[in-house]
Amino acid sequence: MAPLLKVENLRIELTTRDGIAPVIDDLSLELNAGETLSFVGESGCGKSMTALAIMGLLPEKVGRIASGTIMFGGEDLSKASDARLREIRGNDISMIFQEPMTSLNPVYTIGEQISEVLRRHQNLGKTAAWSKAIELLDAVRIPNPNGRISDYPHQMSGGQRQRVMIAIALACQPKILIADEPTTALDVTVQAQIFDLLRDLGRETGTATILITHDMGAVAEMAERMIVMYAGRKAEDGPVDQIIEHPRHPYTKGLISCVPHLVATLTDERPELTEVRGIVPSLRDFGRDTCLFASRCNLADDKCRSKRPPEVHFKGQQNSACWHAEQL
Amino acid sequence: MAIFITILQRVFYAVMLLIAVLVLNFSMLHLAPGDIADTIAQASGGADAEVLEQIRKDYGLDQPFIVQLGQYIGKVLSFDLGHSFFYNQPVTSLIFEKVPATLLLVITAQIFALIVGVLLGVFSARNPNGLLSHFVTFTALFGYAAPVFWTGILLLITFSLNIQMFPSGGMVDVTVEGGFFTHAWDLFKHMVLPVFTLSTIFLALYSRLCRASMMEVLGSDFIRTAKAKGLSENQIVYKHALKNSLSPVVTLAGIQFSAVVSGAVLVEAVFSWPGLGSLALQSIIARDTPTILGILFFSALVVIVGNLITDMILRLIDPRVGSKG
Repeated sequence: MAPLLKVENLRIELTTRDGIAPVIDDLSLELNAGETLSFVGESGCGKSMTALAIMGLLPEKVGRIASGTIMFGGEDLSKASDARLREIRGNDISMIFQEPMTSLNPVYTIGEQISEVLRRHQNLGKTAAWSKAIELLDAVRIPNPNGRISDYPHQMSGGQRQRVMIAIALACQPKILIADEPTTALDVTVQAQIFDLLRDLGRETGTATILITHDMGAVAEMAERMIVMYAGRKAEDGPVDQIIEHPRHPYTKGLISCVPHLVATLTDERPELTEVRGIVPSLRDFGRDTCLFASRCNLADDKCRSKRPPEVHFKGQQNSACWHAEQL
Repeated sequence: MAIFITILQRVFYAVMLLIAVLVLNFSMLHLAPGDIADTIAQASGGADAEVLEQIRKDYGLDQPFIVQLGQYIGKVLSFDLGHSFFYNQPVTSLIFEKVPATLLLVITAQIFALIVGVLLGVFSARNPNGLLSHFVTFTALFGYAAPVFWTGILLLITFSLNIQMFPSGGMVDVTVEGGFFTHAWDLFKHMVLPVFTLSTIFLALYSRLCRASMMEVLGSDFIRTAKAKGLSENQIVYKHALKNSLSPVVTLAGIQFSAVVSGAVLVEAVFSWPGLGSLALQSIIARDTPTILGILFFSALVVIVGNLITDMILRLIDPRVGSKG
């Protein structure tokens, strides 16, 4: 079966004060219908940029797709017109964001904000869209949807607002839902509820989900496959269980060892909590023909610092871009 | 229900404020040397102390200050602003004769400044480095800097003396005959220059503020959400962004309303517009105290009502205003 979304050799360039920087460099990925794919990596690794590129929402005049294709249903989104992208956004591909507190318009009721997307894409009338909005509010498990539908965002909590965002995103039963760190701004108990909701609704509607996060625990729980991104490049990708079991990239290994319960059960003696030392290189260095992780890597040698590593394929569709992948 | 309580509360505060204004106006004019008796005596060619005393008695001016103040407030609260000596008419009817002209000028100028200012602000915010945006910045600077009477005279010279497009003053042309529309057109022609003059400074204020708040709103998260919904550019700007960026503009417009009213005095003088401003000027020259007091009271009333309306509009625009939490 052909994948739902196929990104090939995507390169996104950002115009900065220091010139043009490739925030995404030669990224390829596939997303199959109904599956959950996770983008993992530190802040500034290009996870959100990739999502925005798929949505056609790269920051105007600053970011642009320099090369590569984003194939969705036989159509290349990187070359689609603005009008066509508007038809797709919110309808076939939708997105929820990191900041539920500010992502809803404060001066319209949530009913208006949910039904708006239904009127835009489903040609529903005002009353039909409104009653569908109540159903959606119920589906995202907000109690008393009939009463809450006329509330304004400021009358709801952060978790409830994120539920409303999910209702908006899933209103038109999209084929792809992109969730960009949907729980980062929420407290831990609410995080679990939102993940449960996303998983259940994803299953019910058959929506494929791209989950962007730096929470390895969430990845293990939610996703079937994952892509580890580092400095705008794909470091490793493959099935989640397999990667957690046996990471083939030192960066992935570092990320996993940052989360204690992934490597040991509670009764075991806890291994020491580690960190990935150092920080992501600055945008200026993104284009270099080296391994960008070399400066933070224990295994780095001259080869790593002089040539960008090619992708090494392992069995079970695991790929890693590391010169030392075989030894790991 | 809560909204009615709030409105009642506001109206109560407004009445209290009005009474305070009354007391202040009355006291200040009382502090000034000379009184109506002097003016009347002067007008009738001089009088001795006895006659002055008699006049003071007739007008109740021999009473202690606090009694006079009480009487005045009592009269005002029963909608009696006293009697003008200069015009020999009740002040109330004198004011109400002039009010429509002033309100027409003030409200039209305010609405014009708001609509054009907001539109200019929105257009320039959508393209902050475009030609129009620079034009707005320039006009705003000019609007700030140019005094109202200077703009008025300049416009008069250009459009009524040199080009003769618009009449030079007054509100209606008595020689015009015809139906409603002919008269409306005549009124419109008389209004163009004064309204434009009065609104320039406010147009400048509103367009700049609207540009700034629009640019801020366009960068906010919920605009990104609107984009992710697949809405069109116009829906995003005029539905989602505009309503959010209006709040500061409306707030400023409410604060500036008093400035518009006082600006009207100057504009009325330049364009001989038969409104409250002209009346105020004449009664000050004639030292017609009751009329001055009456006009001051009425201006305060207009400003307070203006602020009350602003408050209500703000509540309509932004549901967060006045809500707890």
